[in-house]
Amino acid sequence: MIAEIGLASLWLAAALAALQLLAGFLAQRDSGAALAELVRPAAVLQALLCGLAFLCLLLVFVRTDLSVALVAENSHSEKPFIFKLAGAWGNHEGSMLLWVTVMSLAGGLIALIERRLPERTMLATLAAQAFVGLGFYAFLLLSSNPFERLSPPAPEGQGLNPLLQDMGLAFHPPTLYLGYVGLSVAFSFAVGALLTRQVTPDFARVMRPWVLGAWIFLTLGITAGSYWAYYELGWGGWWFWDPVENASLMPWLAATALLHSASVLAARDALRAWTIMLGVVAFSMSMIGTFLVRSGILTSVHAFAVDPERGTFILALLAIYIGGAMVLFALRANTVAEGERFAVLSREGALVVNNVMLSAILGIVLLGTLYPLLAEAFGAKVSVGPPYFNPVGAIFFLPMLLVLAVGPLLRWRRDSFARVKWPVILLAAIVVLAALAVWVFAGIAILPLLGMALALCVAVGSFLPLRGRSLRRLPLTVWGMVIAHFGVAVALFGMAADSAFTVEKLVAARVGDTAEVGPWTVTLASVAPVAGPNWTALEARLGVRYQGGRETELDPQARSFWTPPQQTSESALLTRWNGQLYAVLGGEAEGDRWQLRLWWKPFVTYIWYGGLLIALGGLLALVGRVAGDVKRRTALRKGAERRVAMENAA
Amino acid sequence: MAGALKPKHQRLVLLIVALVALIGAALLAAWALRNQASYFYVPSDMRANPPEAGRAVRLGGMVQQGSLQTAPDGVTIHFLVGDGKAQVPVVFSGIVPDLFVEGSGVVAEGSLRPDGTFVADNLLAKHDENYMPRELEDMTKDQARATVAETTQ
Repeated sequence: MIAEIGLASLWLAAALAALQLLAGFLAQRDSGAALAELVRPAAVLQALLCGLAFLCLLLVFVRTDLSVALVAENSHSEKPFIFKLAGAWGNHEGSMLLWVTVMSLAGGLIALIERRLPERTMLATLAAQAFVGLGFYAFLLLSSNPFERLSPPAPEGQGLNPLLQDMGLAFHPPTLYLGYVGLSVAFSFAVGALLTRQVTPDFARVMRPWVLGAWIFLTLGITAGSYWAYYELGWGGWWFWDPVENASLMPWLAATALLHSASVLAARDALRAWTIMLGVVAFSMSMIGTFLVRSGILTSVHAFAVDPERGTFILALLAIYIGGAMVLFALRANTVAEGERFAVLSREGALVVNNVMLSAILGIVLLGTLYPLLAEAFGAKVSVGPPYFNPVGAIFFLPMLLVLAVGPLLRWRRDSFARVKWPVILLAAIVVLAALAVWVFAGIAILPLLGMALALCVAVGSFLPLRGRSLRRLPLTVWGMVIAHFGVAVALFGMAADSAFTVEKLVAARVGDTAEVGPWTVTLASVAPVAGPNWTALEARLGVRYQGGRETELDPQARSFWTPPQQTSESALLTRWNGQLYAVLGGEAEGDRWQLRLWWKPFVTYIWYGGLLIALGGLLALVGRVAGDVKRRTALRKGAERRVAMENAA
Repeated sequence: MAGALKPKHQRLVLLIVALVALIGAALLAAWALRNQASYFYVPSDMRANPPEAGRAVRLGGMVQQGSLQTAPDGVTIHFLVGDGKAQVPVVFSGIVPDLFVEGSGVVAEGSLRPDGTFVADNLLAKHDENYMPRELEDMTKDQARATVAETTQ
């Protein structure tokens, strides 16, 4: 019954999306003005119904209703509760429903609260939003029904892929999806503004919180995904340039560029067409990412291979939305292009450089990700990996960091080199001195060396905008920028330190044997079997000492799940402020020995601290913007009330 | 510097710089990708046209039956990777992926030593029993045919 309610409300939500699209579109003409009243209620009701459908999906998963095909395929009655819940979106159908749900909730929210844009633009935006949503409803209802019944019901479920049975991963997809979907909202705004030719600073101010929100979730999603791959796959790496990882990185790059260009539009009414373009591109990257991940078309260590029919469907949606938006852009771009002017050496100029560099990196990642596909079409099997992405990406990434350090010091519109001469000299000196120091004392490879020097330069540069300002009266948005930029420096330092200083040790140890890795001494105390809720494991007990200090315990496991039957290795991590000790238990070797893989990774955690700082910076900026809007609106209302009161008194 | 230019010209400068950077990125990427085209090898390619020693490449194929040996240190393994036409000896020090067994597909990342042995830094981990590196999908069909031919002789 629950599944039927879910399916019915999904159909109704789709119907309301169709109504929202039609009414929003017709309301653009004077003859359809009466329909305008329908658009906002339709968006809100659609959100409620779609939310109900998602609740129903959660419910059938929580109850492990094995007469629902999706539950039988992806869940098991003996699975821990939290993973039953996560099972709802840890699969193709469920994640698509989550996508549509978040998108409709966003639409409903816009319909409820957004009053700043011209009404026609607002209606066009909601129509565009419904148009995008409708494609995904069609996808769900026609080819991936999450509520499909199984007759007769399965005796027991097949379980969830054990690698996904991890807290980190349970919440990873929803985080990324919130990001993807937030960009769909930016896309709708861009299309709406193009339709009514109203690309104004107000438009940028309305769109910006959505981009910021999406960007925060993407940042968190990428950070969490990277950490998950690092500890769960047991290979000690934090980025693989895997297509699935690239699928989340590409929208992030586009969103980062969009965020900066939207700031220019909001503050200075320049970069109009470019901002719209990025709005379209950013969502295109979300769609391409979804396509790559969900179609099973690419090789991936993450391998969520799904059947090609669905890939074709997403590809068709991609063509319709992106193609349509590009055509619209081509038709309308010239009518919105002219904006305020600015000099090359100015805040705008620096932000344009940032945008160009980000776009270049985006292009490089996109080409590298799609190239194997294209090559395969011509019969060649190619895999593109770190030897391509690292150096080619660095060529644009490293200079961008210099602009990141200097750009915030520049004035809007026009600046002179003389005014920023000293800070620039200071930063240049830091890069050179740091590079020299690292080169002399550590003798590491060129990319980590540059990375470290630039990390220091960016760290100092990110705090320079605070110079000479009252810290207490500084707006939250400026704090946001400072912290996010500092986060980039921290993450970069972590990456450079990890690739420069990691020590690895591989041993086959008997119980009682001791191994040295970097400053650590590791003793294998015992290996014993242990059991969990749906797995058994061999657990090694390791006694570890840092530079002969107090002993701590680490317990890496080799786990065996039985539904589905699969082995995973649970690495054990010991985190210190200056790095992480990473231990993996391998198989049994001859002569009662156990394979142990140990890494000492100095400052590796700074990669993810940096990611968190970047997201925190975004959050501060978002809070600052929203609070500013609320304040302005309250002031306007109070002013209006006072005027009314005065008129009444008179 | 640019102060003498009219604002419109200054924006033109930015536009040109942007175009140059983007075209540069595309050319650079295309050039790098051409070099990468030979990044993935199957054993017969590697025999016929070996990559220079020390260059980072991937080798994909089937772990040959009966070829897997563990060295006395307990963590180094030697095995042969074949594609039905040629075989390449591989040496790997580390913990093998859970589903690494004789007869299964493998993608090894590493480089060729001058003596013709492939030194793997990493064996591509498979996530589950259904996962087959896409590069190897065709080969498995060949392999299956070959196995059938062998057993029916």
